[in-house]
Amino acid sequence: MIEILSNAALATVQDLGRSGSLRFGVGTAGMMDNLALAAGNLMLGNEAGAAGIEIPVFPFRLRFDVDCAFALTGADCAARLDDVPLLPWWSHQAHAGQLLELGLPQGVQRASRAVLCLAGGVDVPQVLGSRSTQLRGAFGGHEGRALRRGDVLRAEAPGRACRTGFGLVPPAIALPLALDGGTVIRVLPAAEYLAFTPESRAAFWQRGWKITPQSDRYGFRLEGEALRPIAPMEMRSHGIVPGVIQVPHSGQPIIQMRDAQPSGGYPKFGTVIEADLWRLGQAPIGSRIRFVEVGWDEALAAQNEVEAWLRKVERMIDLHGSASGGRA
Amino acid sequence: MSAAKAMLSPLGTSALLFEAPGETDLRSQQRIWSLAEEAAGWPEVREAVPGMNNLMLSFARPPRSLAALESRLREAWAAALPLAREGRVVELPVVYGGEGGPHMADVVAHTGLDVEQIVELHSMPLYPVYALGSHPGYCYLGGMDARIATPRRKVPVLSIPGGAVSIGGAQTGVSASAGPSGWNTIGSTSMSFFDPERDPPATLQPGDLIRFRVEGIVR
Repeated sequence: MIEILSNAALATVQDLGRSGSLRFGVGTAGMMDNLALAAGNLMLGNEAGAAGIEIPVFPFRLRFDVDCAFALTGADCAARLDDVPLLPWWSHQAHAGQLLELGLPQGVQRASRAVLCLAGGVDVPQVLGSRSTQLRGAFGGHEGRALRRGDVLRAEAPGRACRTGFGLVPPAIALPLALDGGTVIRVLPAAEYLAFTPESRAAFWQRGWKITPQSDRYGFRLEGEALRPIAPMEMRSHGIVPGVIQVPHSGQPIIQMRDAQPSGGYPKFGTVIEADLWRLGQAPIGSRIRFVEVGWDEALAAQNEVEAWLRKVERMIDLHGSASGGRA
Repeated sequence: MSAAKAMLSPLGTSALLFEAPGETDLRSQQRIWSLAEEAAGWPEVREAVPGMNNLMLSFARPPRSLAALESRLREAWAAALPLAREGRVVELPVVYGGEGGPHMADVVAHTGLDVEQIVELHSMPLYPVYALGSHPGYCYLGGMDARIATPRRKVPVLSIPGGAVSIGGAQTGVSASAGPSGWNTIGSTSMSFFDPERDPPATLQPGDLIRFRVEGIVR
Protein backbone atom coordinates (compact mmCIF):
# COMPACT_ATOMS: atom_id res chain seq x y z
CA MET A 1 0.00 0.00 0.00
CA ILE A 2 1.08 3.57 -0.56
CA GLU A 3 -0.24 6.60 1.26
CA ILE A 4 -0.48 10.02 -0.37
CA LEU A 5 1.07 12.64 1.92
CA SER A 6 0.58 15.77 -0.22
CA ASN A 7 -2.47 17.78 -1.03
CA ALA A 8 -1.91 16.13 -4.37
CA ALA A 9 -3.74 18.70 -6.45
CA LEU A 10 -4.89 17.15 -9.72
CA ALA A 11 -2.90 13.89 -9.46
CA THR A 12 -5.04 11.08 -10.89
CA VAL A 13 -4.98 7.35 -11.55
CA GLN A 14 -4.89 6.76 -15.32
CA ASP A 15 -4.36 3.91 -17.76
CA LEU A 16 -4.25 4.14 -21.58
CA GLY A 17 -7.87 5.31 -21.66
CA ARG A 18 -11.44 4.05 -21.84
CA SER A 19 -12.66 3.03 -25.26
CA GLY A 20 -16.06 1.78 -26.31
CA SER A 21 -18.33 4.14 -24.34
CA LEU A 22 -18.15 7.24 -26.53
CA ARG A 23 -21.75 6.66 -27.63
CA PHE A 24 -22.88 7.06 -24.00
CA GLY A 25 -21.09 10.40 -23.81
CA VAL A 26 -18.03 9.00 -22.03
CA GLY A 27 -14.70 10.48 -23.13
CA THR A 28 -11.57 8.33 -23.08
CA ALA A 29 -9.58 10.05 -20.28
CA GLY A 30 -6.22 8.23 -19.91
CA MET A 31 -2.63 9.26 -19.19
CA MET A 32 -1.62 12.57 -20.85
CA ASP A 33 1.82 11.02 -21.53
CA ASN A 34 0.79 7.55 -22.64
CA LEU A 35 4.37 6.70 -23.69
CA ALA A 36 5.70 7.38 -20.19
CA LEU A 37 3.01 5.07 -18.78
CA ALA A 38 3.65 2.26 -21.26
CA ALA A 39 7.43 2.45 -20.81
CA GLY A 40 7.22 2.62 -17.00
CA ASN A 41 4.95 -0.42 -16.96
CA LEU A 42 7.22 -2.40 -19.29
CA MET A 43 10.19 -1.70 -16.98
CA LEU A 44 8.27 -3.41 -14.17
CA GLY A 45 7.10 -6.35 -16.27
CA ASN A 46 3.51 -5.00 -16.22
CA GLU A 47 1.09 -4.89 -19.12
CA ALA A 48 1.81 -1.64 -21.01
CA GLY A 49 -1.72 -0.49 -20.19
CA ALA A 50 -1.67 -1.09 -16.41
CA ALA A 51 -2.83 1.91 -14.35
CA GLY A 52 -0.31 4.42 -13.01
CA ILE A 53 -0.45 7.81 -11.30
CA GLU A 54 -0.19 11.05 -13.26
CA ILE A 55 1.36 13.84 -11.17
CA PRO A 56 1.10 17.38 -12.60
CA VAL A 57 1.63 19.50 -9.44
CA PHE A 58 4.72 19.49 -7.21
CA PRO A 59 6.10 18.86 -4.68
CA PHE A 60 4.40 15.47 -4.29
CA ARG A 61 5.05 13.05 -1.43
CA LEU A 62 3.94 9.54 -0.65
CA ARG A 63 4.96 6.72 1.70
CA PHE A 64 5.32 3.04 0.85
CA ASP A 65 3.75 0.88 3.55
CA VAL A 66 4.98 -2.35 1.92
CA ASP A 67 8.02 -3.31 -0.16
CA CYS A 68 7.18 -2.45 -3.76
CA ALA A 69 9.04 -2.00 -7.04
CA PHE A 70 8.20 1.21 -8.90
CA ALA A 71 9.23 3.16 -11.99
CA LEU A 72 9.31 6.94 -12.43
CA THR A 73 8.91 8.28 -15.97
CA GLY A 74 7.61 11.46 -17.57
CA ALA A 75 8.95 14.72 -16.14
CA ASP A 76 12.33 14.63 -14.37
CA CYS A 77 11.33 15.88 -10.91
CA ALA A 78 14.48 15.52 -8.80
CA ALA A 79 12.86 12.58 -7.01
CA ARG A 80 14.23 11.30 -3.69
CA LEU A 81 13.56 8.07 -1.84
CA ASP A 82 14.34 8.78 1.84
CA ASP A 83 16.68 11.56 0.75
CA VAL A 84 18.54 9.37 -1.76
CA PRO A 85 18.33 11.06 -5.19
CA LEU A 86 16.67 8.92 -7.87
CA LEU A 87 17.43 8.90 -11.57
CA PRO A 88 14.49 9.74 -13.85
CA TRP A 89 13.15 7.13 -16.29
CA TRP A 90 14.45 4.47 -13.92
CA SER A 91 13.05 1.51 -11.98
CA HIS A 92 13.56 1.33 -8.23
CA GLN A 93 12.78 -0.88 -5.24
CA ALA A 94 11.07 0.74 -2.27
CA HIS A 95 10.95 -0.80 1.18
CA ALA A 96 8.13 -0.52 3.68
CA GLY A 97 8.22 2.84 5.44
CA GLN A 98 10.22 4.66 2.76
CA LEU A 99 9.22 8.14 1.65
CA LEU A 100 9.11 9.16 -2.02
CA GLU A 101 9.27 12.86 -2.78
CA LEU A 102 9.03 14.54 -6.19
CA GLY A 103 10.28 18.11 -6.59
CA LEU A 104 9.85 20.63 -9.38
CA PRO A 105 10.42 19.46 -12.96
CA GLN A 106 13.98 20.22 -14.07
CA GLY A 107 16.33 19.72 -17.01
CA VAL A 108 16.82 21.27 -20.42
CA GLN A 109 13.74 19.66 -21.91
CA ARG A 110 11.55 20.48 -18.91
CA ALA A 111 8.41 18.35 -18.98
CA SER A 112 5.34 18.94 -16.82
CA ARG A 113 3.90 15.61 -15.68
CA ALA A 114 5.57 12.79 -13.75
CA VAL A 115 4.27 9.24 -14.11
CA LEU A 116 4.55 6.73 -11.25
CA CYS A 117 4.09 3.05 -12.07
CA LEU A 118 3.85 0.32 -9.42
CA ALA A 119 4.55 -3.44 -9.63
CA GLY A 120 1.47 -4.98 -11.26
CA GLY A 121 -0.16 -1.57 -11.75
CA VAL A 122 -2.34 0.55 -9.42
CA ASP A 123 -5.12 -1.67 -8.09
CA VAL A 124 -8.39 0.17 -8.65
CA PRO A 125 -11.58 -1.38 -10.09
CA GLN A 126 -12.22 -1.35 -13.83
CA VAL A 127 -15.24 0.78 -14.69
CA LEU A 128 -16.61 0.50 -18.24
CA GLY A 129 -13.45 -1.36 -19.22
CA SER A 130 -10.84 1.05 -17.84
CA ARG A 131 -9.11 2.19 -14.64
CA SER A 132 -8.76 5.81 -15.83
CA THR A 133 -10.31 8.56 -13.73
CA GLN A 134 -13.36 10.07 -15.47
CA LEU A 135 -13.36 13.43 -13.69
CA ARG A 136 -16.48 14.79 -15.40
CA GLY A 137 -18.47 11.61 -14.72
CA ALA A 138 -16.89 11.18 -11.25
CA PHE A 139 -16.13 7.47 -11.74
CA GLY A 140 -13.10 5.28 -12.46
CA GLY A 141 -9.61 5.74 -11.02
CA HIS A 142 -9.59 6.27 -7.26
CA GLU A 143 -13.22 7.03 -6.30
CA GLY A 144 -13.75 8.97 -9.52
CA ARG A 145 -11.69 11.94 -8.36
CA ALA A 146 -8.20 13.42 -8.09
CA LEU A 147 -6.03 12.07 -5.26
CA ARG A 148 -5.69 13.90 -1.96
CA ARG A 149 -3.74 13.69 1.29
CA GLY A 150 -4.49 10.50 3.22
CA ASP A 151 -5.61 8.43 0.22
CA VAL A 152 -4.29 4.87 0.34
CA LEU A 153 -3.63 3.05 -2.93
CA ARG A 154 -2.65 -0.54 -3.49
CA ALA A 155 -0.29 -2.08 -6.08
CA GLU A 156 -1.64 -5.19 -7.86
CA ALA A 157 1.54 -7.18 -7.21
CA PRO A 158 3.74 -5.49 -4.59
CA GLY A 159 5.34 -8.83 -3.68
CA ARG A 160 6.39 -9.64 -7.25
CA ALA A 161 10.18 -9.96 -7.63
CA CYS A 162 11.03 -7.24 -10.16
CA ARG A 163 14.48 -6.53 -11.46
CA THR A 164 15.01 -2.84 -10.76
CA GLY A 165 17.95 -0.43 -10.93
CA PHE A 166 17.91 0.19 -14.67
CA GLY A 167 16.49 2.92 -16.85
CA LEU A 168 15.52 4.06 -20.33
CA VAL A 169 16.55 6.88 -22.65
CA PRO A 170 13.40 9.05 -22.51
CA PRO A 171 11.39 9.41 -25.74
CA ALA A 172 11.98 13.19 -25.74
CA ILE A 173 15.59 12.24 -26.56
CA ALA A 174 14.98 8.98 -28.45
CA LEU A 175 12.21 10.50 -30.64
CA PRO A 176 13.30 14.16 -30.89
CA LEU A 177 11.23 16.74 -32.74
CA ALA A 178 12.18 20.38 -32.33
CA LEU A 179 12.49 23.57 -34.34
CA ASP A 180 14.66 26.46 -33.14
CA GLY A 181 14.82 24.76 -29.75
CA GLY A 182 11.04 24.85 -29.22
CA THR A 183 8.50 22.03 -29.04
CA VAL A 184 7.06 21.05 -32.41
CA ILE A 185 3.73 19.28 -32.76
CA ARG A 186 2.49 17.61 -35.95
CA VAL A 187 -1.04 18.36 -37.11
CA LEU A 188 -3.31 16.80 -39.74
CA PRO A 189 -5.73 19.43 -41.15
CA ALA A 190 -9.41 18.79 -40.29
CA ALA A 191 -12.77 19.43 -41.95
CA GLU A 192 -12.97 23.24 -41.57
CA TYR A 193 -9.28 23.99 -42.29
CA LEU A 194 -9.98 25.54 -45.69
CA ALA A 195 -12.82 27.63 -44.24
CA PHE A 196 -10.23 29.84 -42.49
CA THR A 197 -8.59 32.77 -44.27
CA PRO A 198 -5.33 32.07 -46.13
CA GLU A 199 -3.60 34.56 -43.79
CA SER A 200 -4.83 32.68 -40.72
CA ARG A 201 -3.78 29.35 -42.18
CA ALA A 202 -0.29 30.65 -42.94
CA ALA A 203 0.05 32.27 -39.52
CA PHE A 204 -1.03 29.08 -37.76
CA TRP A 205 2.01 27.20 -39.08
CA GLN A 206 4.48 30.08 -39.05
CA ARG A 207 3.88 31.67 -35.65
CA GLY A 208 4.39 30.19 -32.23
CA TRP A 209 1.51 29.57 -29.82
CA LYS A 210 1.62 30.05 -26.07
CA ILE A 211 0.00 27.49 -23.77
CA THR A 212 -2.10 29.63 -21.41
CA PRO A 213 -2.69 28.97 -17.68
CA GLN A 214 -6.30 28.01 -18.57
CA SER A 215 -4.98 24.66 -19.79
CA ASP A 216 -5.57 21.29 -18.16
CA ARG A 217 -6.36 17.66 -18.90
CA TYR A 218 -9.57 18.77 -20.69
CA GLY A 219 -7.87 21.08 -23.13
CA PHE A 220 -4.96 23.38 -23.85
CA ARG A 221 -6.11 26.92 -24.55
CA LEU A 222 -3.61 28.65 -26.81
CA GLU A 223 -2.76 32.30 -27.26
CA GLY A 224 -1.51 33.81 -30.49
CA GLU A 225 -2.75 35.65 -33.55
CA ALA A 226 -6.51 34.95 -33.72
CA LEU A 227 -7.62 32.51 -36.44
CA ARG A 228 -10.32 34.06 -38.63
CA PRO A 229 -12.88 32.05 -40.60
CA ILE A 230 -13.76 33.31 -44.08
CA ALA A 231 -17.41 33.36 -42.93
CA PRO A 232 -18.94 32.61 -39.51
CA MET A 233 -19.64 28.90 -38.95
CA GLU A 234 -22.25 27.30 -36.72
CA MET A 235 -21.69 23.55 -36.67
CA ARG A 236 -23.77 20.54 -35.74
CA SER A 237 -22.40 18.56 -32.81
CA HIS A 238 -20.29 15.57 -33.80
CA GLY A 239 -17.80 13.13 -32.34
CA ILE A 240 -14.29 14.39 -31.61
CA VAL A 241 -11.09 12.82 -30.25
CA PRO A 242 -8.21 14.06 -28.07
CA GLY A 243 -5.94 16.20 -30.25
CA VAL A 244 -8.69 18.02 -32.16
CA ILE A 245 -7.93 21.75 -32.45
CA GLN A 246 -11.17 23.68 -32.14
CA VAL A 247 -11.50 27.36 -32.92
CA PRO A 248 -14.24 29.12 -30.93
CA HIS A 249 -15.52 32.54 -32.05
CA SER A 250 -12.67 34.30 -30.20
CA GLY A 251 -10.22 32.84 -32.75
CA GLN A 252 -7.92 31.51 -30.00
CA PRO A 253 -7.67 27.75 -30.54
CA ILE A 254 -8.31 25.05 -27.93
CA ILE A 255 -6.65 21.65 -28.30
CA GLN A 256 -8.75 18.87 -26.82
CA MET A 257 -6.65 16.75 -24.47
CA ARG A 258 -7.23 13.36 -22.78
CA ASP A 259 -10.21 14.48 -20.68
CA ALA A 260 -11.82 15.92 -23.81
CA GLN A 261 -15.52 15.42 -24.16
CA PRO A 262 -16.37 12.89 -26.89
CA SER A 263 -18.26 15.43 -29.01
CA GLY A 264 -18.15 19.10 -29.89
CA GLY A 265 -19.35 21.70 -32.32
CA TYR A 266 -16.68 24.36 -32.76
CA PRO A 267 -14.99 24.49 -36.18
CA LYS A 268 -12.04 22.10 -36.38
CA PHE A 269 -8.79 23.52 -37.75
CA GLY A 270 -6.78 20.31 -37.46
CA THR A 271 -5.93 17.40 -35.20
CA VAL A 272 -2.68 16.85 -33.31
CA ILE A 273 -1.61 13.40 -34.45
CA GLU A 274 -1.88 10.57 -31.91
CA ALA A 275 1.92 10.07 -32.13
CA ASP A 276 2.55 13.57 -30.70
CA LEU A 277 -0.14 13.76 -28.01
CA TRP A 278 2.33 12.63 -25.30
CA ARG A 279 4.75 15.36 -26.42
CA LEU A 280 2.04 18.01 -26.22
CA GLY A 281 0.81 16.60 -22.91
CA GLN A 282 4.25 17.27 -21.43
CA ALA A 283 4.52 20.88 -22.71
CA PRO A 284 4.47 23.18 -19.65
CA ILE A 285 1.97 26.00 -19.18
CA GLY A 286 3.51 29.25 -20.42
CA SER A 287 5.74 27.47 -22.96
CA ARG A 288 5.49 28.08 -26.69
CA ILE A 289 4.78 25.45 -29.31
CA ARG A 290 4.95 25.38 -33.10
CA PHE A 291 2.84 23.31 -35.45
CA VAL A 292 3.88 21.51 -38.64
CA GLU A 293 1.44 20.14 -41.19
CA VAL A 294 1.47 16.43 -42.04
CA GLY A 295 -0.63 14.21 -44.28
CA TRP A 296 -2.24 10.83 -43.53
CA ASP A 297 0.84 8.78 -44.52
CA GLU A 298 3.23 10.85 -42.40
CA ALA A 299 0.85 10.66 -39.45
CA LEU A 300 0.70 6.85 -39.76
CA ALA A 301 4.50 6.66 -40.10
CA ALA A 302 4.91 8.75 -36.95
CA GLN A 303 2.60 6.40 -35.05
CA ASN A 304 4.56 3.39 -36.34
CA GLU A 305 7.75 5.05 -35.11
CA VAL A 306 6.28 5.42 -31.62
CA GLU A 307 5.16 1.78 -31.60
CA ALA A 308 8.57 0.65 -32.87
CA TRP A 309 10.22 2.57 -30.00
CA LEU A 310 8.00 0.77 -27.48
CA ARG A 311 8.82 -2.62 -29.02
CA LYS A 312 12.52 -1.73 -28.85
CA VAL A 313 12.13 -0.80 -25.18
CA GLU A 314 10.46 -4.16 -24.58
CA ARG A 315 13.31 -6.05 -26.30
CA MET A 316 16.01 -4.10 -24.42
CA ILE A 317 14.31 -4.86 -21.12
CA ASP A 318 14.12 -8.57 -22.01
CA LEU A 319 17.82 -8.55 -22.99
CA HIS A 320 18.77 -6.82 -19.78
CA GLY A 321 16.75 -9.35 -17.83
CA SER A 322 19.83 -11.31 -16.82
CA ALA A 323 22.35 -8.44 -16.92
CA SER A 324 23.13 -5.84 -14.24
CA GLY A 325 21.69 -2.32 -14.11
CA GLY A 326 22.18 0.32 -16.76
CA ARG A 327 20.26 2.44 -19.20
CA ALA A 328 18.51 0.20 -21.69
CA MET B 1 -32.20 11.26 -52.07
CA SER B 2 -30.45 14.62 -52.00
CA ALA B 3 -27.87 15.25 -54.70
CA ALA B 4 -25.49 16.88 -52.19
CA LYS B 5 -22.65 14.61 -51.16
CA ALA B 6 -21.77 13.53 -47.66
CA MET B 7 -18.57 15.08 -46.25
CA LEU B 8 -15.80 12.83 -44.96
CA SER B 9 -12.82 14.08 -42.97
CA PRO B 10 -10.16 12.51 -40.76
CA LEU B 11 -9.81 13.36 -37.05
CA GLY B 12 -6.08 12.70 -36.92
CA THR B 13 -5.49 8.98 -37.39
CA SER B 14 -7.88 8.11 -34.56
CA ALA B 15 -11.22 8.55 -36.27
CA LEU B 16 -13.15 9.42 -39.42
CA LEU B 17 -16.06 11.86 -39.44
CA PHE B 18 -19.01 11.30 -41.79
CA GLU B 19 -21.35 14.28 -42.19
CA ALA B 20 -24.62 13.62 -44.00
CA PRO B 21 -25.88 16.26 -46.42
CA GLY B 22 -29.07 18.21 -45.84
CA GLU B 23 -31.01 19.27 -42.78
CA THR B 24 -30.87 17.61 -39.38
CA ASP B 25 -34.29 16.01 -39.12
CA LEU B 26 -35.63 12.84 -37.56
CA ARG B 27 -35.72 10.86 -40.78
CA SER B 28 -32.09 11.65 -41.63
CA GLN B 29 -31.08 10.94 -38.03
CA GLN B 30 -32.83 7.55 -38.18
CA ARG B 31 -30.65 6.75 -41.21
CA ILE B 32 -27.59 7.80 -39.15
CA TRP B 33 -28.61 5.27 -36.45
CA SER B 34 -28.96 2.63 -39.13
CA LEU B 35 -25.52 3.47 -40.62
CA ALA B 36 -24.00 3.34 -37.13
CA GLU B 37 -25.36 -0.16 -36.53
CA GLU B 38 -23.85 -1.40 -39.78
CA ALA B 39 -20.44 0.34 -39.48
CA ALA B 40 -20.01 -0.85 -35.87
CA GLY B 41 -19.41 -4.34 -37.29
CA TRP B 42 -16.59 -3.36 -39.67
CA PRO B 43 -13.14 -4.70 -38.71
CA GLU B 44 -11.23 -1.38 -38.58
CA VAL B 45 -13.98 0.30 -36.54
CA ARG B 46 -13.73 0.35 -32.74
CA GLU B 47 -16.89 2.36 -32.17
CA ALA B 48 -19.55 4.02 -34.34
CA VAL B 49 -20.69 7.21 -32.61
CA PRO B 50 -23.78 9.03 -33.93
CA GLY B 51 -23.77 12.84 -33.73
CA MET B 52 -26.25 15.35 -35.12
CA ASN B 53 -26.76 14.24 -38.72
CA ASN B 54 -23.25 12.79 -38.66
CA LEU B 55 -21.34 9.72 -37.56
CA MET B 56 -17.83 9.33 -36.14
CA LEU B 57 -16.01 6.05 -36.62
CA SER B 58 -13.18 5.60 -34.14
CA PHE B 59 -10.49 3.20 -35.30
CA ALA B 60 -9.38 -0.01 -33.64
CA ARG B 61 -6.38 0.44 -35.93
CA PRO B 62 -6.13 3.21 -38.57
CA PRO B 63 -6.47 1.89 -42.15
CA ARG B 64 -3.48 2.19 -44.52
CA SER B 65 -5.52 4.50 -46.70
CA LEU B 66 -8.92 6.05 -46.13
CA ALA B 67 -10.21 5.68 -49.69
CA ALA B 68 -11.68 2.16 -49.39
CA LEU B 69 -13.37 2.88 -46.07
CA GLU B 70 -14.77 6.14 -47.41
CA SER B 71 -16.38 4.53 -50.44
CA ARG B 72 -17.81 1.71 -48.30
CA LEU B 73 -19.30 4.37 -46.01
CA ARG B 74 -20.84 6.28 -48.94
CA GLU B 75 -22.39 3.09 -50.33
CA ALA B 76 -23.77 2.10 -46.93
CA TRP B 77 -25.27 5.59 -46.52
CA ALA B 78 -26.94 5.43 -49.92
CA ALA B 79 -28.53 2.12 -48.89
CA ALA B 80 -29.34 3.06 -45.27
CA LEU B 81 -33.06 2.99 -44.42
CA PRO B 82 -34.50 4.98 -41.49
CA LEU B 83 -34.30 2.96 -38.27
CA ALA B 84 -37.46 3.80 -36.31
CA ARG B 85 -37.17 3.30 -32.56
CA GLU B 86 -40.06 3.12 -30.08
CA GLY B 87 -38.67 5.46 -27.45
CA ARG B 88 -39.86 6.25 -23.93
CA VAL B 89 -41.28 9.70 -23.10
CA VAL B 90 -39.51 11.42 -20.17
CA GLU B 91 -40.84 14.66 -18.65
CA LEU B 92 -38.39 17.13 -17.09
CA PRO B 93 -39.60 20.04 -14.90
CA VAL B 94 -37.64 23.20 -15.74
CA VAL B 95 -37.20 26.52 -13.96
CA TYR B 96 -36.37 29.02 -16.69
CA GLY B 97 -34.21 32.15 -16.17
CA GLY B 98 -32.79 33.48 -12.91
CA GLU B 99 -29.68 31.99 -11.34
CA GLY B 100 -30.30 28.65 -13.06
CA GLY B 101 -30.54 30.35 -16.48
CA PRO B 102 -27.76 32.95 -16.53
CA HIS B 103 -27.66 33.35 -20.32
CA MET B 104 -31.40 33.91 -20.90
CA ALA B 105 -30.65 37.62 -21.51
CA ASP B 106 -28.24 36.67 -24.33
CA VAL B 107 -30.93 34.55 -26.00
CA VAL B 108 -33.40 37.44 -25.61
CA ALA B 109 -30.87 39.83 -27.15
CA HIS B 110 -30.06 37.52 -30.05
CA THR B 111 -33.60 36.42 -30.92
CA GLY B 112 -35.46 39.66 -30.20
CA LEU B 113 -38.12 37.58 -28.38
CA ASP B 114 -39.15 38.10 -24.76
CA VAL B 115 -38.62 35.55 -21.99
CA GLU B 116 -42.23 34.22 -22.12
CA GLN B 117 -42.01 33.63 -25.86
CA ILE B 118 -38.66 31.85 -25.53
CA VAL B 119 -40.01 29.62 -22.73
CA GLU B 120 -43.15 28.82 -24.70
CA LEU B 121 -41.22 27.93 -27.86
CA HIS B 122 -38.69 25.89 -25.88
CA SER B 123 -41.21 23.90 -23.81
CA MET B 124 -43.68 23.16 -26.62
CA PRO B 125 -42.04 20.35 -28.64
CA LEU B 126 -41.56 16.69 -27.77
CA TYR B 127 -37.81 16.41 -28.36
CA PRO B 128 -36.42 13.13 -29.69
CA VAL B 129 -32.95 12.14 -28.37
CA TYR B 130 -30.82 12.16 -31.54
CA ALA B 131 -27.51 11.18 -30.00
CA LEU B 132 -25.51 11.09 -26.76
CA GLY B 133 -22.24 12.97 -26.37
CA SER B 134 -20.43 15.82 -24.66
CA HIS B 135 -20.27 14.12 -21.25
CA PRO B 136 -21.58 10.92 -19.64
CA GLY B 137 -25.34 10.65 -20.21
CA TYR B 138 -25.78 13.94 -22.08
CA CYS B 139 -28.43 13.90 -24.82
CA TYR B 140 -28.47 15.91 -28.02
CA LEU B 141 -32.07 16.65 -28.88
CA GLY B 142 -33.75 17.28 -32.21
CA GLY B 143 -36.71 19.46 -32.99
CA MET B 144 -35.91 22.82 -31.40
CA ASP B 145 -37.82 25.78 -32.86
CA ALA B 146 -35.41 27.66 -35.15
CA ARG B 147 -36.71 31.00 -33.81
CA ILE B 148 -34.81 30.51 -30.52
CA ALA B 149 -31.54 29.36 -32.12
CA THR B 150 -28.63 31.32 -30.58
CA PRO B 151 -24.93 31.00 -31.47
CA ARG B 152 -22.58 29.30 -29.04
CA ARG B 153 -20.76 31.66 -26.70
CA LYS B 154 -17.64 33.49 -27.90
CA VAL B 155 -15.66 32.06 -24.98
CA PRO B 156 -16.81 28.79 -23.37
CA VAL B 157 -17.92 29.00 -19.72
CA LEU B 158 -15.47 27.09 -17.46
CA SER B 159 -18.24 25.33 -15.54
CA ILE B 160 -22.01 25.05 -15.70
CA PRO B 161 -23.92 22.87 -13.17
CA GLY B 162 -25.61 19.53 -13.84
CA GLY B 163 -29.24 19.97 -14.93
CA ALA B 164 -28.49 23.11 -16.96
CA VAL B 165 -30.93 23.47 -19.89
CA SER B 166 -29.14 25.25 -22.72
CA ILE B 167 -29.15 26.32 -26.36
CA GLY B 168 -26.14 26.04 -28.70
CA GLY B 169 -26.79 27.14 -32.26
CA ALA B 170 -29.96 25.36 -33.47
CA GLN B 171 -29.72 22.70 -30.74
CA THR B 172 -30.89 22.32 -27.15
CA GLY B 173 -29.99 19.91 -24.34
CA VAL B 174 -29.59 19.30 -20.59
CA SER B 175 -26.18 18.91 -18.94
CA ALA B 176 -25.92 15.68 -16.97
CA SER B 177 -23.11 16.86 -14.65
CA ALA B 178 -21.09 20.02 -13.92
CA GLY B 179 -18.44 20.99 -16.46
CA PRO B 180 -17.32 23.44 -19.14
CA SER B 181 -19.73 24.45 -21.91
CA GLY B 182 -19.98 26.87 -24.80
CA TRP B 183 -23.78 26.88 -24.79
CA ASN B 184 -26.28 29.44 -23.48
CA THR B 185 -27.94 28.22 -20.28
CA ILE B 186 -31.59 29.32 -20.05
CA GLY B 187 -32.93 27.15 -17.21
CA SER B 188 -32.34 24.22 -14.89
CA THR B 189 -33.83 20.82 -14.03
CA SER B 190 -32.80 17.81 -11.96
CA MET B 191 -32.53 14.24 -13.24
CA SER B 192 -30.01 11.39 -13.06
CA PHE B 193 -28.84 10.69 -16.59
CA PHE B 194 -25.96 8.28 -15.99
CA ASP B 195 -24.79 5.42 -13.74
CA PRO B 196 -21.57 3.61 -14.76
CA GLU B 197 -22.70 0.49 -12.85
CA ARG B 198 -25.80 0.08 -15.03
CA ASP B 199 -25.91 -1.61 -18.41
CA PRO B 200 -26.35 0.46 -20.50
CA PRO B 201 -24.89 3.20 -18.28
CA ALA B 202 -26.92 6.04 -19.85
CA THR B 203 -30.56 6.56 -18.79
CA LEU B 204 -31.70 7.74 -22.23
CA GLN B 205 -31.01 6.25 -25.64
CA PRO B 206 -31.32 7.65 -29.15
CA GLY B 207 -35.02 7.48 -30.02
CA ASP B 208 -36.29 8.32 -26.49
CA LEU B 209 -38.33 11.54 -26.15
CA ILE B 210 -38.01 14.46 -23.72
CA ARG B 211 -40.67 16.98 -22.76
CA PHE B 212 -39.73 20.13 -20.81
CA ARG B 213 -42.52 21.10 -18.38
CA VAL B 214 -42.45 24.74 -17.24
CA GLU B 215 -42.11 24.65 -13.46
CA GLY B 216 -41.39 28.34 -13.14
CA ILE B 217 -39.97 31.43 -14.78
CA VAL B 218 -37.57 33.66 -12.84
CA ARG B 219 -37.07 37.18 -14.18
